[in-house]
This record gives sequence, C-alpha cells and structure tokens, in this order.
Amino acid sequence: MTDFPWLTVLIALPAVGALLVGVLPRENEALAKQAALAISVVEAVLAIVMTTAFKVGGDRFQFTEKYWWIKSFGVHWAVGVDGVALVLVLLSVILVPLVVIASWDEAGRSGGTDTPPKRSVKTYFALLLALEAMMVGVFAATDVFLFYVFFEAMLIPVYFLIGSYGGPQRSYAAVKFLLYSLLGGLLMLVAVVWLYPLSQDKLGHGTFMFDELRTMHVDGMTAKWLFLGFFVAFAIKAPMVPVHTWLPDAAAQSPAGALVLVVGVLDKVGTYGMLRFCLELFPGAAKWATPVVLALAVISIVYGAVLAIGQVDLKRLVAYTSVSHFGFIVLGIFAMTTQGQSGATLYMVNHGFSTGALFLLVGFMIARRRSARIDAFGGVQKVAPVLAGTFLVAGLSGLSLPGLSTFVSELMVLIGTFSRHRVPAVLAASGIVLAAIYILWTYQRTMGGPARDEVKGMPDLTVREKLAVAPIIAIIVAMGLFPQPVLKAINPSVQQGLARVDVRDPAPKINGNVAENGARP
Amino acid sequence: MKAEGIQAAAWLLIAFPLLGAAVLLLGGRRTDRWGHYLGVAMSLASFAVGLGMFVQMLGYDDAERRRTLHLWNFFDVGSLHVGMDLLVDPLSISFVLLITGVGSLIHIYSMGYMAHDEDRRRFFAYLNLFVAAMLLLVLGANYVVLFLGWEGVGLASYLLIGFWQFKPTAAVAAKKAFVVNRVGDLGMVSAIMLMFATFNSVDFTTVLGTGAEHVGLAGKLTSGTATALGLLLLLGACGKSAQLPLQSWLLDAMEGPTPVSALIHAATMVTAGVYLIVRSAPIFEMSPDAQLVVTIVGAATLLAGAIIGTGKDDIKKALAGSTMSQIGYMHLAAGLGKPGYAFAIAHLIAHGFFKAGLFLGAGSVMHAMNDDVNMRHYGALRKVMYVTYATFGLGFLAIIGCPPFSGFFTKDGIIEAAFEKGGTSGNILGACALIGAGITAYYMSRVMFMTFFGEKRWQEGVHPHESPKVMTVPLILLALGSVFAGGFLVLGGFSDFLAPVVGEPEEHTFKWLTAPGAATLVLMVIGVAIAWRQYAARPVPVEAPAGSVLTRAARRDLYGDAINESLLMRPGQWLTRLAVWFDNRGVDGAVNGIAAGVGGTSGRIRRIQTGFARSYALSMYLGAAIVVAALLVVNAS
Repeated sequence: MTDFPWLTVLIALPAVGALLVGVLPRENEALAKQAALAISVVEAVLAIVMTTAFKVGGDRFQFTEKYWWIKSFGVHWAVGVDGVALVLVLLSVILVPLVVIASWDEAGRSGGTDTPPKRSVKTYFALLLALEAMMVGVFAATDVFLFYVFFEAMLIPVYFLIGSYGGPQRSYAAVKFLLYSLLGGLLMLVAVVWLYPLSQDKLGHGTFMFDELRTMHVDGMTAKWLFLGFFVAFAIKAPMVPVHTWLPDAAAQSPAGALVLVVGVLDKVGTYGMLRFCLELFPGAAKWATPVVLALAVISIVYGAVLAIGQVDLKRLVAYTSVSHFGFIVLGIFAMTTQGQSGATLYMVNHGFSTGALFLLVGFMIARRRSARIDAFGGVQKVAPVLAGTFLVAGLSGLSLPGLSTFVSELMVLIGTFSRHRVPAVLAASGIVLAAIYILWTYQRTMGGPARDEVKGMPDLTVREKLAVAPIIAIIVAMGLFPQPVLKAINPSVQQGLARVDVRDPAPKINGNVAENGARP
Repeated sequence: MKAEGIQAAAWLLIAFPLLGAAVLLLGGRRTDRWGHYLGVAMSLASFAVGLGMFVQMLGYDDAERRRTLHLWNFFDVGSLHVGMDLLVDPLSISFVLLITGVGSLIHIYSMGYMAHDEDRRRFFAYLNLFVAAMLLLVLGANYVVLFLGWEGVGLASYLLIGFWQFKPTAAVAAKKAFVVNRVGDLGMVSAIMLMFATFNSVDFTTVLGTGAEHVGLAGKLTSGTATALGLLLLLGACGKSAQLPLQSWLLDAMEGPTPVSALIHAATMVTAGVYLIVRSAPIFEMSPDAQLVVTIVGAATLLAGAIIGTGKDDIKKALAGSTMSQIGYMHLAAGLGKPGYAFAIAHLIAHGFFKAGLFLGAGSVMHAMNDDVNMRHYGALRKVMYVTYATFGLGFLAIIGCPPFSGFFTKDGIIEAAFEKGGTSGNILGACALIGAGITAYYMSRVMFMTFFGEKRWQEGVHPHESPKVMTVPLILLALGSVFAGGFLVLGGFSDFLAPVVGEPEEHTFKWLTAPGAATLVLMVIGVAIAWRQYAARPVPVEAPAGSVLTRAARRDLYGDAINESLLMRPGQWLTRLAVWFDNRGVDGAVNGIAAGVGGTSGRIRRIQTGFARSYALSMYLGAAIVVAALLVVNAS
C-alpha cells in the first residue's frame, strides 16, 4: 500500500477533475455540481484511507515520492507528509466537499448584496477543485522550489473566485489580494533561488530538497536575508499586522464558500511555512528575529480582536477575528516550545474548522437577508433557532470555550509561550476576554432581541445547509474532547523541528517526585 | 488510590445529565412532550449515583477516601500531561450531593414553573447541561478539567440568563455575565500557565498533594510565586462568585427564569469560587498575603451585597444582593485558612438549601402575582399562599442566623473564626462580618414583611393563589434543609469529614455562646426590629420614596455599573473606534499609498482593472522564468 503514489494521486485527482468540470457543457449546471462533489468526496476518502496507513513514530516524512523535474536546476517533483502536513492536508480535503455542498445554489450568484449578472457555475466548481489540488500540493511538497510553485499558483484560482464571483467591490479586493501576495511571492522567489547556489556551496551539489537543505549551516547576514524573504511572504499570507489589510477586503467581497478555503486553509500556508521553512532552514536567524515576531504576534492578537469588535460587516468581523487567531498561531510557533508549536499546529486545524463553520453560516445568513451588515439582523434566534444555535457553537469555539476544539490549542499555545516568554503570554491571554466580546456581542445583535420585520420570514437551515455544517460542528466537538490522536501525529514532527532549532523546553522551577499518582497508569 | 465499585462509575454522574442535554437539544421539537421528564430523570439518576458513592465512601477509612478515576488522556505534549481525570473525595462528594440533590428539586419545581413556556424542553436541556458541567467542575482532578467545568457552567449560565433572548435586556445581561466571567477566566488561565511553568504539572495530586498532611509540590513554593498563583486563582473566583470587583453581572443575571436564579445564581455555580479556593488550600497556605486579600474581598463583598439588598424593591434583586453577601462570608472563611474551611463549605451547603428555597419561594410568589417582581405591589400574601409563606419564612430564619436554624451555626462559626484570627485584621474582619449579619437581618426582614405582611397592595387583575404541588413539595424539602442542614453539619462532625482534604482545625467543638455570638444575636434582633417598624408597623408606599443617599446608591448597585462604564466601556469604545479608523486610514492607507507610489499616480491605482492585474501576474511569472533561465545558464557555464 505504501508504494502507492498517494500524494501525487491526491494532487492529480482534483486537478484533472477541475479540467473535466471545466469542459462540461455550460448549460448543464447540475452535472458540474455533482461531478465536483463526487471528485471532492473521493479525494477526501482517499486522504482518510492514506491517513490510516500513516505510522505515528515512523519516518518523519511518509508516502514520499521523488522524481526529477528540472534536473539541470536541481528541482524535484518530491512529495511526502509529516504529521503537521498530514493534518493540514486532511483539513483541506474535508473542507472542500462541504464547501461544494454549501455553494450548491450560491455559485451562480454574487457573494455580495447586489444581484449581478449570472456567472458560470461550472467554472466556480472547477476553480474550487483546482484550488484543492494546489492546497494539497503546497502542504505535500518536500522540494522547496515545488512548494514555491504551488504557493504562487494558488493565487490564480483564488483571484478568479474573488474577482468573478465576489461582491460589488470584487475587482478592488481581488487585485489588492493579488498585489499583496505577489509582493510576498517575489521576495520569497529571491530567497528560494538563492538557496540553489548556497546549497552548491555548502553541500557540494545544488538542490531544493527540504531534508538536505535543513542540514545546511547558514549564518550571518545571508541567513537573516533569506529568513526575511520567506518570513515576509508568509506573514502576508497568514496574515499578520501590519500586512493584514488585504484580508478584510477580500473577505467582504469573496463568496462565502471560497472564503472558507482562503481563510481556513490558504492562510495556514503562511503559518505552516514559518514552522517548516523559516525555523528549520534558518534556525539562527529565526532566534534572532524572535523578539520582533513575538511582538507582532501579540499586536495581531489584541489589535485584530479590537478591530473585530468595531466592525459592522459580518464577513469583515470574522476576518479580523482570524487576524487575532493567526497571532496566536505565530506566537506558539516562535515560543519555540513543544507545547507552543504543537498547540499552534493544532490551532491551524481547529481554526480552519471553526472559522470555516462561521463563514459558511454567515454566508447562509447573507443569502437570506441579502445584506452582510450586523444591524440588518436581529431576533434570528426566534425564527431560525437551528441557524442561531450552530452559529453560537461555531462562535463559542472561536472564543475558545473549553470542550470545543480551539480551547485546547489556545491553552497549549499560552502555556508553551508562558514557560519561556512571560509578558507576551499574559498580554496574549487578554485575547480571551476580547474574543468573548466580539462573538457574544455579535450574537446578541444578530440573534437576540425581538425579531425584526425583515427577519421574520427568514427560513431556518435547509437540509443541504445542515449537511454542510453538521460535519464541521461534529468535528469541533470531537476535537474539543479528544484532541490526543491528532496531537500524537503532530508531536514527533514538532520535536524534530525543535531539535533542528536546538532549543529545549524550559525546566520547571520546582521539581519533585510525587509518590502517588493514581490517575496515570 | 483508584476508584472502585460505584465510584469507578463516577463518570455516570456527568454522563446522565449530558446525555439528557444532548437528546433534548438534538431531538428538537420532537421531544417537547416528554423532554421535561427526561431532564428530571437524568438529574435524579445522577443524584442516585452520587448517593451510592457517598455511602461507599463512608465505608472507607479517612486515609482511603481520596479516589481518582482516569478516563482518557486529554492532551499530552512534551512534559505537559493532562488527563481527563476525576477525583472523588469528601470535598467533591459534598458538592456532588448538593448539586444533584438541590438540582433535582429545582428540576422538579421547574416542571410546574415553566409549564406554559413553549420552550420548556430547551430549558431542561440547559439545566441538564448545567448539572453536567458543574459536576465536572467539582470532580475534575486537575486544573484543566476543573476549568472545563468552570467554563461549562459559564456557558449554561449564559444560555439560561438569556433564555428569553427575545427580551433585549436578557440578551444584554447574558452577554455581560459571560464577558465579566471571562475577566475572571483570564486569572484562571494565567494561573494554569504559571502553574505549568512552576511545576510542569496541573494535576491536583502533584501540585496539591494527597491530603492536608502530604503536601504536594505547592509546599515548596516561594512566597512570591504562591502569592501570584493565589491572586490569579482569586481573580477567577471573583468572576464566578460575583465578588468585588467582578460583582456587577449577578444582579443583571436575574433576567433569567427564577429556577435558574435559584440553582445557578444562588445554590451552586456562584459558589464555585469558594470551592476553588478551598480546593487550592495548599497554595494559599503558602502565602498569608494572598489569604489576607481573599478575606478582604470577602468582607468587602459581604457588606456591599448586604447594602445593595436593602435598597432593592425587586424581590429577585434583593435576593441577588443577599447571595453576593453570603458568598462574601464564604470567601472570608476560606481566606482564614484551616479554622475557616469547614465553615466555608458548611455555610455554602446550608446556603444552598435556604437560598434555593428563598428563590423558589420568590418564584412561587411571582407565579401568583403575574410575574410582577416589585415587592411594593405585594403584601399580605401569607393569607393566600400559606405553604410558600411558611417555607419562605423558614428560609428567612435560616439566613438571618436565628437559632437553631441553619445559618445560626454556619454564619456564627465564620464570625467567630474571623475574630479568633486575632490582631487588627482579625478584629476588622470580624466587625465587618458582625455588621453584615445585622444588615442581613434588616434586608431579609424587609423582604419578608413587604411580601407576606402588611396590607394588600396588589395591582388590578392580580388574584394570588398557592402554587401547584409540583412546586410546593420542593419548597417543603428545601425548607427542611434550611432548618436542619446547618446544625447537622456543624454539630455532626462535618469538619472531621473534610479533614482528610483540608486539614484539622484546632477547635473541634462548636461553642454555643461566645461574645461575638451574643453580639450577632443582638444585631440580628435590632435589624429585624427596624425592618418591622418601617415595613410592617406602617403602610408601605406603592411608589418608592426618594430615599437617602445610601438607599439611592444601593438601588444603583453602589454604582458598580457606572464605574465599569466610565472606566472600561467608554474608553473601550473610543479605543475600538480609533483602531478601526487607524486601520482603514493609517495602515491600509499607507499600504495603498506605497502601492500607488510604485504603480505611478494614485489615480492609476484606483482605476486598476482586472486586465492590469492579469498582466502583472503574467509579468511576474515571466520574471520568474527569466531568473530560472539565468540560473540555468550560470549553472551550465
């Protein structure tokens, strides 16, 4: 089984699927939707089957494949996943079919408030599948150049998803997204290309293979410049303050389905890249940059949350909450403790699901009311209790209520940060108060109070909508109580990464053997 | 030691009500007809398991009464191990019996009280959820599992305060309760972070040790760290238990249905802070400073709550002020250390009975008065609702500390323990507790007389009647608790029962008549007498008079909301507005400006068309291709 080219198939299937859906007759929309759903479901099933073959505690990278791509430039088609990449691949392939279901009736319309001309439905689903192929590719790539190619290629489907299917300001938002991303991409390109002569110099042969590059010893100014090249690109993608302003605009204009993937998965490439490349390729420079990065992370947490409180548009609000959450993820990564980094990785997965659910539900609300403004709602709980209830569960996960998924990851990040950096951890913890305000105040204004006249006839969630959201809610609850299986996959990778950076968890101040511990076998 | 027998099934305690909540929430309207029966059955099942566990524990020697149960590994990373572990010991079992016992009575009462609410099923789902979370809170064997229950009860409280979401006041009150509690949670989370950094563990067994004699790692704490940990835990306790300065949410929480006020905002959840402090005794005992702050917070809150209670005409808010005040007594006791722990918990249990009884009695009155809560519209109700009057009266005698009712034993114990602390602080704390007892007698008598005595002041169309049996039977049972619980606990050796957990107090026997005890009785009589003169001996005006400065302050909760608003909310709103402006103009403006600078004129950036971006993307890839090609050439040469 393990000889089966799992990852290449997982990349190829949606890519071929995208082409297939793209060439279907434009009139037969139902067929395009069904095909997209079938392909994405098969993809998810395949990925889950692959996961069952993943050996925790085995080789770091598994299901590896390696073929020459551009031999003269040392570029391989090399794929493989460790625990961190695996859980992110799973996040991607589980979200896509749910997004397809959620977008079933919305794809032809605009994600905004106007009623624009009808859009090509099949292209929308083809773009979703193309995006899926690239998301799997970007997490699976073990060749840095291949990673870069997927990293940049992802922009194209997203650009068209926002630019063609978005709200009234879609052009502005799409271009802003593209310009930001290209700026980061160019910086990273320079850094990536630089790696080639560097590896020739240090290793004796030019290569982009991650497992070879991570053994190189790079220091001094070179390492710092290279680190920055990668880091800025990832910070834009994540996004962190002060390069976050593309996200609220993109979110406000993007169709809800695409938004789930942009914020839920795509942005994780930024934090994933920091963990994988910034730290392991340039450990010295990463330590050098840590104080500044921690400061930016704390600013992102607090500033993002304060801005979320001040928003009047539901999609912008959720976007700003994500800026705050990405701050937590970056904080955990650069705390450089096992708890911090495992927590950050788990946070990436949990944030994908809980924010995904929030964006889907916000999308359903906007589709009903044709407005994204918070004050356009009020009293929804009375007329659509299931919609309100699921919104509350997703929101509570967002404010990291214990028992729901985000809590464990947030607590781990805070614990892991505090053991090395006291002040940033305590400042970051203030985010838990702000999160309660932005979620519950929104719930109060949209769902509480007497039902407004415009809201009174609002239908509750349809069967199709429930089908899209219920699995995410189930995952949020399950991961809140049983995060251990996921952590078991993540931990070894994190430990190997930290060994490369050469830091150890701080020792406790007070140590001692305790005789009785009935709780642990 | 590992739990055996029924105790090994301690998880059932939580599973029953959790299952009830899940069935009722997921089942939706299909379960409307029988949902309330399921809710009651699940709560009673939990009570039965708790009783079985208690009986089993009585069969053990003192040293064997601490049992742990490992359910599954919650999360393990590096040296951080958090298990989904439960702890059954005398302290947790006391709470289990209180929660499931009083909880079941309130479930039964609610069948009648909520009979006409179309969402009764949802109400029982939330009540079940609350019971499950509260049990997890007191049974958790480490601080993370405790926190799981801690926030779970916060959620249940939020859902139940906002049960009538369509009332804007209820929606606002629910959010306020959660947000204020989150400030306390900041303390809890920080305590957990500090605990891990200090001990690499959050387990009770490791940190606190296995009993008062076998002190865990907490015994090695430096006083600085112990003080920090203690104050952070206290912040958490203040949030949940509505102690100063996080008290403001509790009065608004009365927006919820009355059984909720009885169960959550009087008998159980709000006492969680006391549990936390008593449970964490080994940490607090390493820091006299932290203990002193606990007693100061308790003393200040017991006075503030009592004063607020004197000014309220809303029967539920008067009782809410009283709850704050009584929990202040418990905190005061818990801060006194070993002499106080048993009294803190005994008062907590006794208060659970009489305050639940008082609230349910208030609910019964409201039921009779068409949901009017204004006591100025009551009067003379003793003639028409005798059972409610009698049970409320017994609760009243218990709370004011009239011998030989419950409060006499538990509250007097606290007052004496405060004086016995000695020194200036002991005398001041004791004096506060003493004065508080006098004010308690006054405001509770005021409630009693305005409601059940004097002339009828009923509004038109109100025809009071006694409540149905399903409501009065729980009232009678709680009244029995109000009468006997305190004496039973204090005279029956409750401090010996708790000793394996919190240690032995020096004094074992209850002293019947001491100087502070006599003073308390005198103040109590004076308090009742003043209230009699004002509210029973002469007619009560239907419109509230202007009142003195102090009355006006008490009506406005001693300006707690005004302070919060001017110190936190308004600056917060300004900060938010400023940040939004800054982000739109400052950050984004700068980025757009730079982009415009790069792109040429600012006019051009505004006219960006998709075609322009497309060519930009294309040129980027072209550029990349050229770089690659160049490298290939360099490589080849």
